Amino acid sequence: MGAWNNIKAIMKRELGGYFTSPVAYVFLVIFLLLTGFFTFTVGNFFERGEASLVSFFTWHPWLYLFLVPAAGMRLWSEERRLGTLELLLTMPITTWQAIVGKFLASWLFLGIALALTFPVWITVNWLGSPDNGVIFAGYVGSLMLAGSYLAISCMTSAMTRNQVISFIVSVMLCLFLILAGFTPVTDLLVRWANPAVVQTIASFSVMTHFESFQRGVIDLRDVMFFASLMGFALFTTGVVIRGHRAG
Amino acid sequence: MIKVENLVKSFGAKRAVDDVSFSVERGEVLGFLGPNGAGKSTTMRIITGFYPPTSGRVTVGGFDIVEDPLPAKRLIGYLPENAPGYADMTVFGFLAFAADLRGLSGDAKKKAIHRSVETCMLEGVLYQTIDTLSKGYKHRTCLAQSIIHDPDILILDEPTDGLDPNQKHEVRGLIKRMGEKKAIVFSTHILEEVEAACSRVIIIDRGRVVANGTPQELKARSETAGAVHLSVRGTAAAAIMEKLAAVSARSEVLSEQGGLAVVRAYPQTRGGNAAFVGSVAELAQREQWKLDEIHVEEGRMDDVFRSITLPDTIKRAA
Repeated sequence: MGAWNNIKAIMKRELGGYFTSPVAYVFLVIFLLLTGFFTFTVGNFFERGEASLVSFFTWHPWLYLFLVPAAGMRLWSEERRLGTLELLLTMPITTWQAIVGKFLASWLFLGIALALTFPVWITVNWLGSPDNGVIFAGYVGSLMLAGSYLAISCMTSAMTRNQVISFIVSVMLCLFLILAGFTPVTDLLVRWANPAVVQTIASFSVMTHFESFQRGVIDLRDVMFFASLMGFALFTTGVVIRGHRAG
Repeated sequence: MIKVENLVKSFGAKRAVDDVSFSVERGEVLGFLGPNGAGKSTTMRIITGFYPPTSGRVTVGGFDIVEDPLPAKRLIGYLPENAPGYADMTVFGFLAFAADLRGLSGDAKKKAIHRSVETCMLEGVLYQTIDTLSKGYKHRTCLAQSIIHDPDILILDEPTDGLDPNQKHEVRGLIKRMGEKKAIVFSTHILEEVEAACSRVIIIDRGRVVANGTPQELKARSETAGAVHLSVRGTAAAAIMEKLAAVSARSEVLSEQGGLAVVRAYPQTRGGNAAFVGSVAELAQREQWKLDEIHVEEGRMDDVFRSITLPDTIKRAA
């Protein structure tokens, strides 16, 4: 299991890199404050009078829009800036192991952040009796969504040694993935375009797929959508990195 | 152990490495010499598998670096230019990470880290993060990483860059010691380093190998190699040169001060010529010159380096 050991070594370093710098703590605090704020204040959690986490999950695509690229922007651009990319890729590991290791470490980090929202889940269970199956599906969907954004950030991060550019480009790409299926936007598009075309564009959006998770449905097609989005973005990361080396 | 054949690397229209071939065996320390931007780092990046070559072939320990990169990379320890390191990691953490990627674990890993730390004298900074280290320590940390798995092959890109004179001396000694059992390639633009540590030298300029030989062979190519240097007291330099004309191709006055004339005479045939110093000495005895000093010049590496690598236009102007 040489490959897995290499991936593990890279994950360990990457995850350690989050927690030895203030990045992780700042990120966690901001993430938890914002989820709290949106769920309870903007999302009217209490006024809704229903035992569900709809007001919690609804905001995730928008929260992740900024927070996930912030967590992922350094993944490869930092390696290039420091010159450690040369060190890493001349080790006896494949580029794939490096990409997957880094991605999994960051995804795990986002997973930890998401898991730390458990007080919200406790609250809703204490106040009422929600359908925990639906909540579980919501968490799965949220994790898939975060992974997809992260893979995109990974890709933009490989494209530049400048973290700011990496951040902005990945926010734009993620924003496109939201807006393509965001109801106000699709409603607007329907006036000009053929509904079939609008439907096709919308099917590329993370919103349509994320919403079914929120309804408590773990549909293989939605899982496949997110998985292939991640696969595509990570594959492109590999191509971009190979491109730098080929000169 | 390392075999480079007709290596070419282009970046766009620019050929950074142009038809480079050489090989390095175990027990050899190859000095890679050349002006900045000559293609030294690029060649090393190809050997270590970071850049794929545009054409040509590199085999490391019999493994093709493009076709079979993992076994080839296992044999290599590499210190990249500028000694990069993860800024937020401690020296120990960084070395442990390198050991993990080299497949070391448990006791072997502990021993390997200990040995590297000792060799590179990092005990004092083991738990400092890399961004707090001075340049010298940062360099040694990256060097420690390159030898953590006791590799058969070491590729060191400017290993003494940024070190103080004592550390430079230390690292040179280290390279020389390790070179007895390994195949080492290191690049530098410090000429004395080559003489101090290398068994063979390659000079590379604008992507091409322009010289390949032992330091002695290269020095012999210098214009002054084989020339006789003599200091004479109490005789005018002009008179000495007049007499010297009979036995030498030409001679020149290096200095004349307070009755001490320093003259260099070139032999009629170029290169080392044992008979030449004899005939000069004989002449001196016959003329009863008061010799302070007489010796044959070995030639100087920097003369050779300059004459080989300076662009023709600058050479003419000089």
